[in-house]
Amino acid sequence: MLRLPTFQLHEPASLKEACALFAEHGAAAKILAGGTDLLPNLKHEIYDVDHVISLAKLPGITGFEMQGHDLVIGALTPLAQVATNPNIQKHAPALAQAASLVAGPQHRQMGTLGGNVMLDTRCQWINQSYFWREALGFCLKKDGTVCHVVEGGKKCVAAASNDTAPALMTLGASLTFVSATGTREIPIEDLWVADGINNKSARPGEILTEIRLPLRDHTHHGAYGKLRERGSIDFPLLGCAVRIDLDDADCVRDAAVSLVALQARPLLIKGVDALLQGLKLGSTELDQAIEAVAQLAHKKCKPLDNIPGDKDYRRRMVPVYVRRTLRAALDGTGPVHHI
Amino acid sequence: MRLLELEINGDRLHVAAPPHWTLLEVLRYELGLTGTKQGCDKGDCGACTVLVDGKPQLSCLMLGSAAQGHAITTIEGLLPAHRAQGGAGADPVQDAFDRCGALQCGFCQPGMMLSAKALLSENPTPTSTDIKHALSGNLCRCTGYTQILEAALLAATKTEEVL
Ligand SMILES: Cc1cc2nc3c(=O)[nH]c(=O)nc-3n(C[C@H](O)[C@H](O)[C@H](O)COP(=O)(O)OP(=O)(O)OC[C@H]3O[C@@H](n4cnc5c(N)ncnc54)[C@H](O)[C@@H]3O)c2cc1C
Ligand code: SF4
Ligand code: FES
Ligand code: FES
Repeated sequence: MLRLPTFQLHEPASLKEACALFAEHGAAAKILAGGTDLLPNLKHEIYDVDHVISLAKLPGITGFEMQGHDLVIGALTPLAQVATNPNIQKHAPALAQAASLVAGPQHRQMGTLGGNVMLDTRCQWINQSYFWREALGFCLKKDGTVCHVVEGGKKCVAAASNDTAPALMTLGASLTFVSATGTREIPIEDLWVADGINNKSARPGEILTEIRLPLRDHTHHGAYGKLRERGSIDFPLLGCAVRIDLDDADCVRDAAVSLVALQARPLLIKGVDALLQGLKLGSTELDQAIEAVAQLAHKKCKPLDNIPGDKDYRRRMVPVYVRRTLRAALDGTGPVHHI
Repeated sequence: MRLLELEINGDRLHVAAPPHWTLLEVLRYELGLTGTKQGCDKGDCGACTVLVDGKPQLSCLMLGSAAQGHAITTIEGLLPAHRAQGGAGADPVQDAFDRCGALQCGFCQPGMMLSAKALLSENPTPTSTDIKHALSGNLCRCTGYTQILEAALLAATKTEEVL
């Protein structure tokens, strides 16, 4: 039996009220969306919070809306809806596929896209009960002074483990945060910080309200690949999202590859577009360039013993998943998943 | 303490519970509805699955307060609902699990059956793959799943008969 610690529960009926509460309680408060990450972490006593601010009663931050050249998704939209929405499947296949592979069916009904973006980092030494952590000796992320992953390490390297993060990065998503002092829109690339204790630049008091994607046409190809032990429930041992946009002559106009479940931040691999640009669909040159991208990702990605799964195995899987996911995007056969 | 107004298995109930209690705790320790099982208590196993407006969700990761305004179905609700619709005997899903011997210790069963029920309500003629996907958030440490799959398929054929 894992009990939640006691806290004061707030259920504001407007965004303004929610922002005021968050501003008032700051670091002593946590936002509750679907609760599928927050509740286990609270039960494990990973946070010291006295206040929980539920977004459940807020109107208007759920659902999908076309705004000009953008597709806007409310932060409270359940992942099950993101996975099955025809517009997301058409304009952002990597996102639909990533959402379809988060956790298990019940989590996708409860868990929200905003909560997935804001997911806390994961590490096999922290996502444990207080009793377990106390017995082993606490670590930097909570209550301790050492890191069990990097000996002598002074920085927490717990892994960003949110499946939708790399998909949103390849799609050039931007995020809208609202707080008591105003509204801020940032490219998702600017959200991440290389610190496992808190891997996000969102300021205390800021609530994520919207995820905005530029609409893409028929020349857009995307896919998501996920390595995990079982076919369901498990967090990624490696997640890989890709985007390939073609021009009218079926040559690569632009491309991006992003990976998650490595270190504290999801990684957008730099230089992918330069390797693929201008190459024609079906050509040997494109095949060779895909292999070069896979090798580039292998060079850049260095998994650690932060999450389950041997780190050398996970590293060897990097080029395999990058290659397969790029091909799946071009063939329209994603997601890449063993089941 | 908070006074919660809940709709459980069609009944409107008023129940007082501390704000940090999960729906699972409210069901088991305030309402005595112990059919909903407390397994891992952290979202890993699916034993605590209930239907929220017909969709399977985990009651160990939902605050009691969050259940307000939604129709909650627990395993205790299947038989009365079946009978209220004029059905005889057990609910087709429960009956199929019984006939197929789709259990050993039985701990995963309430969650399994509710996930199966939700699938059949949405898709009365599922394939084996559909069933595997729909039940993939419910772990069973005993049966090896074969009879569970058979039971869900049997329940699907019976649901068709009923329709
Ligand atoms: C067994 C299990 C398996 C899982 N497997 C996966 C997996 O494979 N892949 C994966 O990506 N995730 C997985 N998860 C985690 C989780 O289910 C999802 O990431 C889900 O999308 C989280 O969304 P939520 O709405 O439930 O977030 P919550 O738990 O409500 O919130 C998560 C965090 O974000 C903050 N937050 C939420 N919404 C906002 C907002 N709008 N503004 C500001 N802050 C906010 C919260 O304060 C909290 O810190 C798993 C969880 C469990 C229990
Ligand atoms: S990476 Fe190190 S400091 Fe961070 S959670 Fe894991 S063990 Fe703790
Ligand atoms: S008890 Fe809720 S998922 Fe295990
Ligand atoms: S019958 Fe024992 S867990 Fe499924």
